[in-house]
Amino acid sequence: MKPVPFTYVRAESVEHAVETLFAHGDEAKILAGGQSLLPALNMRLVRPGVLVDLNFAAGLDGITQENGSLRIGALVRQAAAQRSELVRAGCPLLAESLPLVGHVVTRNRGTVCGSIAHADSAAELPLALVALGGEVVTSRRTVPAAEFFVTHFTTTLEPDELVIATSWPHLTPGLGGALEEFAVRHGDFALASAACVLHVEEGHVTDARLAVGSVTDRPELVDVSPLVGHSVDVEAARSVATTVAASIDPPPNLHGSPEYRRRLVEVLVERVVARAWAAAS
Amino acid sequence: MGGGLVNTIAVTVNGRSYSELVEPRLLLSDFLRHTLGLTGTHVGCEHGVCGACTVRLDGAAVRSCLLLAVQADGASIETIEGLAANGDLHPLQEAFRKHHALQCGFCTSGILMAAADLLENRNETPTREEIVDLLAGHLCRCTGYEPIVDAIADVAGSS
Repeated sequence: MKPVPFTYVRAESVEHAVETLFAHGDEAKILAGGQSLLPALNMRLVRPGVLVDLNFAAGLDGITQENGSLRIGALVRQAAAQRSELVRAGCPLLAESLPLVGHVVTRNRGTVCGSIAHADSAAELPLALVALGGEVVTSRRTVPAAEFFVTHFTTTLEPDELVIATSWPHLTPGLGGALEEFAVRHGDFALASAACVLHVEEGHVTDARLAVGSVTDRPELVDVSPLVGHSVDVEAARSVATTVAASIDPPPNLHGSPEYRRRLVEVLVERVVARAWAAAS
Repeated sequence: MGGGLVNTIAVTVNGRSYSELVEPRLLLSDFLRHTLGLTGTHVGCEHGVCGACTVRLDGAAVRSCLLLAVQADGASIETIEGLAANGDLHPLQEAFRKHHALQCGFCTSGILMAAADLLENRNETPTREEIVDLLAGHLCRCTGYEPIVDAIADVAGSS
């Protein structure tokens, strides 16, 4: 057997999960889709004393509309979100991000909220949620996505707190979004990624949000205020891409030097700004 | 179920019911192979990358190395051993033979289970591109993938 021995607790409800987390503190881990946790368990990178399985708790697998947002429950599988007409119509940025997450078969099991709680700096869904200005709904509060992620695999979740839903703002007319990444192979961890949401009124940008991922220790919002008040053409997209690329300092990894990854960011930012503009206009 | 060292689970595998004692850390892949003796499900990387251990859990293709056996309690599982109903090869198996879509066979059972889910539940007529996307989650070191794409496309009636 690969994982270390642990106590298995099947949570009957969110309350039961919270009680179990409270009783065991740092020793306990939540198990939802398990597509990141199980590899870490199999390699013994994590050694929890208690595993709290959320999969049998009722009422967490809904996708609902709520105050201009889509609320996605903790047990909504990535594949289910990908097939959802509500997601496709209400939040095309999420819809275009989902096929980039892992593989077809891992998406059958992996959850949208699990990807958020896991907080891999190269993951697509945290990046999209930050770019959109979405929120993370936990067992005790609601946190803006930009404040939720701290660093690699670290969030502001307390040891006895769990994510019960995520809230994805609707892209209403005038709003357009885009997400792009570069990975050596499809399904691999991205070497660089970027997501942009633009609000366009009467041919001018009125609000611009852009986040980069993979090259930073968490999805990071960057300043793209020079876009506001103007229309976006190739020149404008390229100019903001150059500024963003110059402002980041990516670490080297096996597949790319800092210079290479900075250049990737430049290309990806230019693409997402242009595509978000086209989607919004 | 409130923890403890051993749990009893009830599962249906290829239509047959089993009730077994399992340690919580037992992976579903090891449960199928070691506890039930169903060794057609292969184990490659054990971290979700290679796809060899793919089985169907209540119809959906999943990595059996990324599930604990206790999580399958109450579920219906299909493995490669259940694919050829009454001994007649499944159309996908026939097509794999016709197109020489396997050599050593290590990856084949996982690919067949994933392809069966795709064609039955997700997309009856996937394009070649969509088939390639499915196969991105399955490592094959023999065929170069083209014959596998041909075989699945043949069954799906896609070109």
